[in-house]
Amino acid sequence: MRTVKSVKDLEKWKNDILSKQKRHEIIVSVCGGTGCQALGCQKVKATFQKELRKNGMREKVALKVTGCPGFCERGPLVTIFPQNIFYQRVKAEDVPEIISETIQNGKKVDRLLFEDPEAHRKITSSQDIPFYKAQMRLLLSNNDLVDPTRIEDYIAIGGYQSLAKTLFQMRPDEVIEEIKDSGLRGRGGAGYPTGKKWEDCKKESNETKYVICNCDEGDPGAFMDRALMEGNPHSVLEGMLIGAYAIGANQGFIYVRHEYPMAHKNAETAIQQARRVGLLGKNILGSGFDFDVEIAKGGGAFVCGESTALIASIEGRVGEPRSKQIRTVRQGLWGKPTNLNNVETWANVPLIIEKGSKWFSSIGTEKSKGTKIFSLVGQVKNTGLVEVPMGITLKEIIFDIGGGQQNGKRIKAVQTGGPSGGCIPASLFDLPVDFDSLTQVGSMMGSGGMIVMDERTCMVDVAKYFVHFLQEESCGKCLPCREGLKRMGQILDGITEGKGNEESLSLLEELAEVVADTSLCGLGKTAPNPVLSALRYFRPEFEAHIYQKKCPAAVCTPLIQYSISEVDCTGCGVCVKVCPTQAIKGEKKQSHIILAEICSKCGSCKDVCKSNAVMVQ
Amino acid sequence: MNPNPVDLIVDKYQEKRTAIISILHDVQDRYKYLPDEALKMVASRLRMDINEIYGVATFYKSFTLTPQGKHSITLCLGTACHVRGGPKILRELKGLLYIEPGQTTADRQFSLNVVNCLGVCAIGPVMMVDRKFYGEMNPIRAKKIIEKLNNNRRGVKS
Repeated sequence: MRTVKSVKDLEKWKNDILSKQKRHEIIVSVCGGTGCQALGCQKVKATFQKELRKNGMREKVALKVTGCPGFCERGPLVTIFPQNIFYQRVKAEDVPEIISETIQNGKKVDRLLFEDPEAHRKITSSQDIPFYKAQMRLLLSNNDLVDPTRIEDYIAIGGYQSLAKTLFQMRPDEVIEEIKDSGLRGRGGAGYPTGKKWEDCKKESNETKYVICNCDEGDPGAFMDRALMEGNPHSVLEGMLIGAYAIGANQGFIYVRHEYPMAHKNAETAIQQARRVGLLGKNILGSGFDFDVEIAKGGGAFVCGESTALIASIEGRVGEPRSKQIRTVRQGLWGKPTNLNNVETWANVPLIIEKGSKWFSSIGTEKSKGTKIFSLVGQVKNTGLVEVPMGITLKEIIFDIGGGQQNGKRIKAVQTGGPSGGCIPASLFDLPVDFDSLTQVGSMMGSGGMIVMDERTCMVDVAKYFVHFLQEESCGKCLPCREGLKRMGQILDGITEGKGNEESLSLLEELAEVVADTSLCGLGKTAPNPVLSALRYFRPEFEAHIYQKKCPAAVCTPLIQYSISEVDCTGCGVCVKVCPTQAIKGEKKQSHIILAEICSKCGSCKDVCKSNAVMVQ
Repeated sequence: MNPNPVDLIVDKYQEKRTAIISILHDVQDRYKYLPDEALKMVASRLRMDINEIYGVATFYKSFTLTPQGKHSITLCLGTACHVRGGPKILRELKGLLYIEPGQTTADRQFSLNVVNCLGVCAIGPVMMVDRKFYGEMNPIRAKKIIEKLNNNRRGVKS
């Protein structure tokens, strides 16, 4: 690999790569994200490799394994360039046909194309698929083009040009002004203005300063940071380099959660490559600016997403937060001024420098600029990562992009903001998605998890789920969070077991208020949000559990009973085979019964019954 | 004599105390858990109080102080997996293996763990078996996977 010592070198390198790439007539791009891996993309890739070699096509066709294009539910995904043919749910067996039909004869393999669910029309290119159509993919679109383990791919799409511009055409103050003017706010959840944070950190007169990239994406249901770090790690590094130059830091850290092995690996590879070519290290591009990055691995503690706990963890201590009377921009890592931003925030920086703050601030709403990536998951038809301009409505995201309900079940809420957020009812789906609107209705944007819930989800169970989640993840340092959440969990356990009474809800609300008011860090302060928002919008569900001892969504097992309709049961016996506790009895072709005392209420029988005879009450 | 693996790991991190979490990860990757002996060695090499190391090892959920089974079953119970039926799979796994999350079967074949999110939410519920991800799980598929691993074992023995 060459070394890049000046902007001229960088330019020359880019041109060399581009002229080399022209040799390939066709590019086969296979998604190698964690989602597609779970669905078997590695076999698909290996088969492509084998078949291309067998057909002597390795010179003509380039095989590329890229990051996540977002439509995970349809994986493994394969795109053929330059025709831009988007194949979904590709299996290894399909590969020979793709090669003989599409690559050799230029014809499409119809059955692998996406079918429009309404018009039943086959769609060739991803941008025409409803899931992608309403998106604005500023950050994620590069995931389709780049092999994250090859720095050359990033250079080819103009990578590190923003860094060059920053180092040679902008003073640190000008960089900060540009970021401030862009209106970029922290994508980790709190939405603090990025430029202001940088400015505060720059002001500190300390020779040693640090920048940190927070890739401890602990919010359950959110995986956009994973996709960015896995799919385009150099964009994050470039953002960190620009930020470090502006602030005056020479050392950076990327804190990656332990549950993301591929993000860790790809970040490590990117750092080594950048170091080898001279884009990290001393005198970068001959500018005199020094900067290097190290990776710190998390240990599976949710609280370490909080900045002071994360810093404690990098220092090798237990991840307990501290009071933020003195902010981390003044005293952070090892007591030095430290600027911490989230993965998505850093990834936005090169884009702003390249295209300008005016362009960036023209996207979005008055106070929330740019795009935001959400992970649209749960009980919705199309699941995956979606990048949309701020200000788009929940309805557009859930129905236009997400395709709406699954199997005809009515969607009743969407949960945003993870354990610090709340559930927003379907009646408020016209709400624009930005930092401030979601907070006003008792939730928050958070890092971008969007979990859609339909009539099969019990809101009391969801509230209980989050309280138990946080109780387990509480570091235990302060009492309100440690004990308060435990008691809230007990009350909610009682309600879902049919032991709730008139006082349960008022006690729950009172406790929630105390925990929110008196906890030390963000984890405890926001912990009651999921409970309070559920109570605010779905109180009748709580009351049904308490007064009628019923779970309307048929989720809370102590309050439900499975039975088989004598009329509908055909006696096929499929349910008998799947029942883990052998609780179903009956002769073949005769109506079956469920023995309530042995039934574990797992619902497997209901899932397999073809004549819809299993009832749950 | 071959150098001790723990020594090599500590060398890799240049005896830096701040690298304790990375060191423990590497030790755990080597032994599948954190053996007492290994922790004592880490403590002496880093000149750290052993209690401090236990403090870190027990605070972070990724670490375990007990030997793990041959197969590790990790079930995701993030929000997306939760609403799509994750708890049903957990009930099935508990019933099949007769253990609670965090425990290992008496024959040392299976360890069952739950995590709060594996970040593969779009194809949930997700289960990880020996580091391989399985998406769109249900109790029936979970049972089949466990049975297959169990049968393989019997096949080897006979």
